[in-house]
Amino acid sequence: MSMVLNEDQMMLKDAVRGYCLTNAPVSVLRYLRDQQSEDGFSRELWRQMVDLGWAGMTIPEQYDGFGFGYGGLEIVLEETGRTLVPTPLVSTVLLCATAINLGGSEEQKSALLPAIVKGELIMALALEETPFHNPTRIATTARPQGAGYVLNGSKQLVIDGHIADKLIVVARTAGGQDDKEGISLFMVDRTATGVDVRRTLMVDSRNAAHVTLNNVQVDEEALLGDLHNGFIVLEKTLDIGRIGLAAEMLGNAQEVFDRIIDYLKQREQFGVLIGSFQGLQHRAAHMYSELELCRSAVRRAFDELDGAQEDIPILASIAKAKLSEVLCNISNEGVQMHGGIGMTDEFDIGFYLKRARVAQVLLGDATFHRDRYATLSGF
Amino acid sequence: MQELDQFRDNARAWLEHNCPASMRTPMTEDEVVWGGRNPTFKNPDSKLWLERMAALGWTCPTWPSEYGGGGLSKEEGLILAEEMQRIGARSPLNSFGISMLGPVLLEYGTDEQKLEHIPPIVRGEIRWCQGYSEPGAGSDLAALGAKAVLDGDDYIINGSKVWTSYADKADWIFCLVRTDFDVPKHSGISFILFDMRSKGVTTRPIRLISGASPFCETFFDDVRVPARNLVGKLNDGWTIAKRLLQHERTMISGFGLTSGRASRGALAATVEGAAMKYRGDTTKLSDAVLRDEIARYKIDSEAFAFTSRRSMEEAKTGKGPSATSSMLKNYGCELNKRRYELLLQAMGNQALGWESGDHTDFSKDELRITREWLRSKGNSIEGGTAEIQLNVIAKRVLGLPEMPIAAQKKGEK
Ligand SMILES: Cc1cc2nc3c(=O)[nH]c(=O)nc-3n(C[C@H](O)[C@H](O)[C@H](O)COP(=O)(O)OP(=O)(O)OC[C@H]3O[C@@H](n4cnc5c(N)ncnc54)[C@H](O)[C@@H]3O)c2cc1C
Repeated sequence: MSMVLNEDQMMLKDAVRGYCLTNAPVSVLRYLRDQQSEDGFSRELWRQMVDLGWAGMTIPEQYDGFGFGYGGLEIVLEETGRTLVPTPLVSTVLLCATAINLGGSEEQKSALLPAIVKGELIMALALEETPFHNPTRIATTARPQGAGYVLNGSKQLVIDGHIADKLIVVARTAGGQDDKEGISLFMVDRTATGVDVRRTLMVDSRNAAHVTLNNVQVDEEALLGDLHNGFIVLEKTLDIGRIGLAAEMLGNAQEVFDRIIDYLKQREQFGVLIGSFQGLQHRAAHMYSELELCRSAVRRAFDELDGAQEDIPILASIAKAKLSEVLCNISNEGVQMHGGIGMTDEFDIGFYLKRARVAQVLLGDATFHRDRYATLSGF
Repeated sequence: MQELDQFRDNARAWLEHNCPASMRTPMTEDEVVWGGRNPTFKNPDSKLWLERMAALGWTCPTWPSEYGGGGLSKEEGLILAEEMQRIGARSPLNSFGISMLGPVLLEYGTDEQKLEHIPPIVRGEIRWCQGYSEPGAGSDLAALGAKAVLDGDDYIINGSKVWTSYADKADWIFCLVRTDFDVPKHSGISFILFDMRSKGVTTRPIRLISGASPFCETFFDDVRVPARNLVGKLNDGWTIAKRLLQHERTMISGFGLTSGRASRGALAATVEGAAMKYRGDTTKLSDAVLRDEIARYKIDSEAFAFTSRRSMEEAKTGKGPSATSSMLKNYGCELNKRRYELLLQAMGNQALGWESGDHTDFSKDELRITREWLRSKGNSIEGGTAEIQLNVIAKRVLGLPEMPIAAQKKGEK
């Protein structure tokens, strides 16, 4: 087990940091929002990130990836979380590439993974059907027809749905509401007949979409993993997604915290720096302590991903629960400790607050993961 | 007692007859009536309602009738409020004139000033804004630097204010200015009133994180103001400024009252209603954790409402709001912020939309909640931050000693 970054990772961190600060600062998100960008992300920046190898870090070398492991992605996610730059990393690399890698056939892997590494393929996971994360509440159906299947249903909060070339649709092939058994995964072209994808504009100005599937026909090869047993792949994929999101949230929280500390050392009232007030000092000290625990929770989870991979579910829930709770508080403090200027749109801190709440609920909020932690721990 | 019962009967009958049905529904932010030279009424009934209430002075029920107020006693005022609440009547007029300036003008203004300014406030004809905060003087309000220099019968005002709510829509401003630079900071401040149309006044709206632009930067460039517009004594403005803040804080504490038992109905009128609706629950909220948190929040807000009522009743024997207004302000704001965080949990993804475009992903109500949630973050900043309220409680209410450094630099607003 390693709770500290190794030398390669430290070098990578500096490089990624430098890249984000110069090429992908928080003004990118503001620009995309103000321009009402239809894509919701910058294809030019994504190309650069692909050239830097970010899309292929976790993908095995045999599929043209770099096999750098999850520790590399951890750094990239944290640093992009610090500047809030929108990328398809979560949707495509963290979720879909993982699902394909875990559940895909040889043909599927060699057809799709190299394209993801090269940045030629953007994918999205179409999972949620209610306003609350619930990976087993799947009413979308896939019924056998001829040699293939017909899909019907609707999905919400599909990250990057409207820019994806392909979707991985979570559908029910057997079982009843909330059953784990009977869930299967299907790959569907976004432009296939019967697929309707439209963007939903979210408070964080990041990408999400609503997907409707109306008698969408797919052939046998569209099935990803085993029929009826998709939940095993799905759950592992979601856990990796949760850990990745926790890394992004760590970056968000760290950046807000750093900005708070800067401000406490710079803003004067009553003839002194506001950082000299104990009421603020104690809260800053608490935030620092919580952030330290958050960093460890994230590091431990990624370390496990690159190691034995035994305790992934519980480590994912620890990381996502902890980060959801701490980021909620830090994002509020970000506004509060800046006073009036914190409430203005011209100031960046509001972007962090908005992203925080969306990231908190994605793939399960703190309550969801505390409950899951309890279940996994047998109480 | 009998007289009060009689008053209640009369008020009830009058309201029944005069309050239009559409004025008995919950009000959205854009339906609030602010009055002013160019008033906006989203619904013609709001105009009628305002005129009827203003004719009796019931927009300001307890203000003296010689200045257009309702002339009611504190008890009668409370009864009127109860009767309005009973039928869900909207407040006919909302303004900084009513909640902040009026009460201090009645206390400190000259008869001329009262006659000039109070009746238009009651009738909603002049809309006021608050020129307190400056870029370098927020929590440390007394450090303000906008200055007024006497020139014949006028003061010439120069400087700037910031976060001035609705400065771009207001007709007049009540403003803190420095009139003496050579004395300790609290002793050189004056309280002055002027028309926002005066030459040399400009405003620049600033957008909030919630999207709207209700506050402004406000600039004064050689603005000429008649000396008779100074309220109270020269250089004694700090006393008035603090008093006004107590009224402001009492008003803001009302944010914590929106969630009482009285309000039921529309989506998210109650947090528990929203939580159940989005889970498809009918008799009991299925999410036990959220149920507990909402119950805890509701219990706090009920107890808060009782406290607010108790403090109102106590005040009627005393001299109006006191330092306890800081407790109410802080608690009320925290409750309101909690309410919106709970609404987010109640509604899940549906509370995280921004615009619906041509689609129907999010309803108007849902989008409004998202923005109100963001706006609620300002509650613990406006009217003096949470931290400043806690400092006031610690020092003025509890009498705790000051920190050595703070003692040298001297105090909060
Ligand atoms: C929505 C909104 C509307 C407003 N409307 C108006 C208006 O109409 N007119 C007007 O004049 N002003 C208005 N304000 C301004 C408001 O009064 C100030 O923002 C507020 O007093 C804080 O001042 P500041 O912004 O300079 O923050 P600062 O004073 O710089 O505070 C920064 C942080 O330091 C903390 N801090 C400062 N001093 C202490 C201390 N002694 N102990 C502990 N912590 C401390 C603060 O609590 C805050 O967290 C509005 C503000 C908002 C958000």
